[in-house]
Amino acid sequence: MNTVIPIEVAQKISSVTPSASLNIRQERGQREVFCGLTGIIWLHRKIQDAFFLVVGSRTCAHLVQSAAGVMIFAEPRFGTAIIDDRDLAGLADANEELDRVVNQLLKRRKDIKTLFLVGSCPSEVIKLDLSRAAQRLNAQFNPAVKVLNYSGSGIETTFTQGEDACLASLVESLPLQPQDSTTDLKKLLIVGTLADVVEDQMQRIFKDMGLNQVEFFPPRNSKNLPVIDHNTVFLLAQPFLADTAKRLEDRGAQRLPAPFPLGVQGTRAWFTAAGEAFGVSESVREQALRAPQQRAQIAIGKHRSLLEGKTIFFFPDSQLEIPLARFLSNELGMNLSEVGVPYIHRQHLAQELELLPPNTLIMEGQHVEQQIDRCQSMNPDLVVCGLGLANPLEAKGLTTKWSIELVFTPIQGFDQAGDLAELFSRPLVRKQKIAA
Amino acid sequence: MQLTLWTYEGPPHIGAMRLATSMKDVHYVLHAPQGDTYADLLFTMIERLPRRPPVTYTTFQARDLGGDTAQLFIDAVNEANERFKPNALLVGASCTAELIQDDPGGLALGLKLETPVIPLELPAYQKKENWGCAESFYHLVRNLLKRQQANGIAPKEHKTAGPRCNLLGPTALGFRHRDDVIEISRLLGDLGVEVNVIAPLNATVSDIERLPLADFNVVLYPETAHTAATWLEREYKQPFTKTIPIGHRGTLEFIREVLTLADLPVNENLISSLAERSHAAWYAASVDSTYLTNKRVFIFGDASHVIAAARVASQEMGFQVVGLGTYSREFARDVRAAAELYQVQALITDDYLEVEERIEELHPELILGTQMERHIAKRHGIPCTVISAPMHVQDFPARYAPQMGFEGANVLFDTWVHPLMMGLEEHLLGMFREDFEFNDNQAPSHLGGAKKTQSVHTPEESELEEVSSTQVLSTLSPPPQANPAKGNDQSVEQSSSSISLSGEQKMQDLVQIWSQDAQNELKKIPFFVRGKAKRNTEKFAKETGVIHITVETLYDAKAHFSR
Repeated sequence: MNTVIPIEVAQKISSVTPSASLNIRQERGQREVFCGLTGIIWLHRKIQDAFFLVVGSRTCAHLVQSAAGVMIFAEPRFGTAIIDDRDLAGLADANEELDRVVNQLLKRRKDIKTLFLVGSCPSEVIKLDLSRAAQRLNAQFNPAVKVLNYSGSGIETTFTQGEDACLASLVESLPLQPQDSTTDLKKLLIVGTLADVVEDQMQRIFKDMGLNQVEFFPPRNSKNLPVIDHNTVFLLAQPFLADTAKRLEDRGAQRLPAPFPLGVQGTRAWFTAAGEAFGVSESVREQALRAPQQRAQIAIGKHRSLLEGKTIFFFPDSQLEIPLARFLSNELGMNLSEVGVPYIHRQHLAQELELLPPNTLIMEGQHVEQQIDRCQSMNPDLVVCGLGLANPLEAKGLTTKWSIELVFTPIQGFDQAGDLAELFSRPLVRKQKIAA
Repeated sequence: MQLTLWTYEGPPHIGAMRLATSMKDVHYVLHAPQGDTYADLLFTMIERLPRRPPVTYTTFQARDLGGDTAQLFIDAVNEANERFKPNALLVGASCTAELIQDDPGGLALGLKLETPVIPLELPAYQKKENWGCAESFYHLVRNLLKRQQANGIAPKEHKTAGPRCNLLGPTALGFRHRDDVIEISRLLGDLGVEVNVIAPLNATVSDIERLPLADFNVVLYPETAHTAATWLEREYKQPFTKTIPIGHRGTLEFIREVLTLADLPVNENLISSLAERSHAAWYAASVDSTYLTNKRVFIFGDASHVIAAARVASQEMGFQVVGLGTYSREFARDVRAAAELYQVQALITDDYLEVEERIEELHPELILGTQMERHIAKRHGIPCTVISAPMHVQDFPARYAPQMGFEGANVLFDTWVHPLMMGLEEHLLGMFREDFEFNDNQAPSHLGGAKKTQSVHTPEESELEEVSSTQVLSTLSPPPQANPAKGNDQSVEQSSSSISLSGEQKMQDLVQIWSQDAQNELKKIPFFVRGKAKRNTEKFAKETGVIHITVETLYDAKAHFSR
């Protein structure tokens, strides 16, 4: 039985101007952030039959293996076609070389169903056209293997924007739906990579709300790609999916404005947005959300005494900074010294910005030296920063939390809210224990 | 274009970063796109340095490419110079900036700063990390000393009676460089040789300017110091050491070389008293070590560690070197020459899949390698010790653990021998095959006894992957390069240095039939030698024209191949 509930999607255009009391500033200088290639580290695990082939330099290969922070335990589903001098001599040769490498790879890895050609800084600068390469290779390999391309280059993408570019290319690759489709059964799509366990939990809550046909994008297997059309209603699970959302909207899908599912407040509002859009009654919603919400509040409560009143400083990293700051401020009582973000997508973050306390200092962009100076002079109780900065700041007496862990750990949803709080209390607990 | 799943070395500008990070008062301004700052974490996370590498990146983005990236670079140089006040500035480009051809060296020199500017041109599409480090060190040394010559300034002499040397090569992100420097400095002190400058690790610009005051140079790591040492030899008539003081014998030879270069008498009493610090030689000679005899060892890593390790393995441990190789193409010739000593063919590659294939082929009982070989060894259940970069957080132990000198020899003995099964344990395994703990799926107790994961192997592979032993049924095989490769359909198309799949060999394998008795007997052989026994029996059967393999064939083969 098809239990998808026909609904009228709320057309509410939420205010995109954040509350005037926020203190948003910009700075420019050295940016201590990863490039979009880094997203491959989790994307290749998420889409299990896909391979990510970076077309780039030895630096790209070294970046991906170093940022993963681990050595390879089995043959990975990512690699680099390293451009060398001969490829730079002439572009025709580079294309031939790329075809040769792809043939070599696909011959070796019969399990690959989707191949992403991932552009890098060098491939962008020499204008190696990967979309044409993908077309050419599709002619050879489709339908056995679908070849897609996107750019994860540092000149175009900042860290998690790599996932955005990847998912956008995946949306583009979906077959266009006939316009005369007469059904008006709306269906919900959750967009953004989440841990499998988080998806399963969310699926159960949606089910409790009576939404039985919720799909997740990207799917775990490329066989399960969703159909996108004007009946698609989507909720972003991650705050960095600007292009993906735009491509979905171009195909008639409708985005539900909502905060992101971090902490009780965000998760509740996120599920509520879905429930309201699909006409789920308040009592059914409450019924579905009550128990997990209570569990989450108990779990978070254990960390509140440790974190309440403490100050926290965010260096820009994954774009999760604003939702995290909102969670830490509203649910754990932390004081926000500075919230650094690589860039602000004002539309997707409108609801989040509204929930931040007044006068929060948000710094868009980065001048890492000046930011370190500010951080040291503010002397916060906890600093969220990248791996390059953490130990040097610790050595100066600050307490840090590696931001990359927030991208690699299941933190979304009610049942992870306590874990998320714990990620921030752990460095403080540790410092206390070692000092004692 | 080369398909690369993992790389032993980073790009050459990482080598320049290692130089800059080694030193105390040098800053590196790197023209590089956003994202290249990842390299900081190599130093702050892997090496756990409590400070940021002294590197400023321009981190340009697409919007800058349309504008003036050259100005961005100039601003970065000025800002870094003002903020960090270095005594020398290294300037250069990473791979992407190399393509946009802003000429960082020219731009920085054009600023006419008081700070010495050292332009680095490191071709990112040809060269790699160690080369980049050696080249940067050479340019730093040359530039600073030429500047000194041009200004007519001589380095300040401080009078000492004895001979003096510099210690060249140790860097940040170096394999045990921190501890090797301590060990070798102490040794040189004991020999009556003063250490003038250690560089680049913890050196300053003024230290570099004092390099010419030494009588000779000690090159600890040719990968990073050979180029600079060669130039110093030419320019200042400073000879340099060629012996790497790794292992008991290597250290003794190094001492003699140093004494000769220092023009000191060879005092045998002194040498033997110093050698008493090493327990390794006696431990290797003790009867307890008999079981180490002719253990089959495979060695892979950077050139100097591999060459030294092969020598120690063969001459000091009494192992049999069944294969060796390196990712250091710059030193391929030296490694090939070393391989000839052991009658094996050197594997020169930076593709770890080729290394894995060679290991599968050779069935070594011990692997001395890098962290990548450690993972390969884990997959195949072979004991392994890490002897070379690339660096992993575990390669920076909290304890003192040099690889060089007499204490280094002790470290080698312990770390190479401990992963192996002890002699009596091996005998017991051979005698009591039916003990449930000797079950095939039971890992040796020293490896935790946990059940081996079979998931990554096909059944055939797990049967054949096993390590051989000297004890039971195992054999001294002919030179390994004569063995056809085990077929691996999954292997990447390999370069000419690797051995390709031999379909013929597979077909021949198929026509041989094992009798049930022979199969049962085979199962009594400990798992870690069974693959070897099986292969040798089949080889023997093929050579003697036997198609039906019986228990007799098995023991005939054992006798045939026994040492």
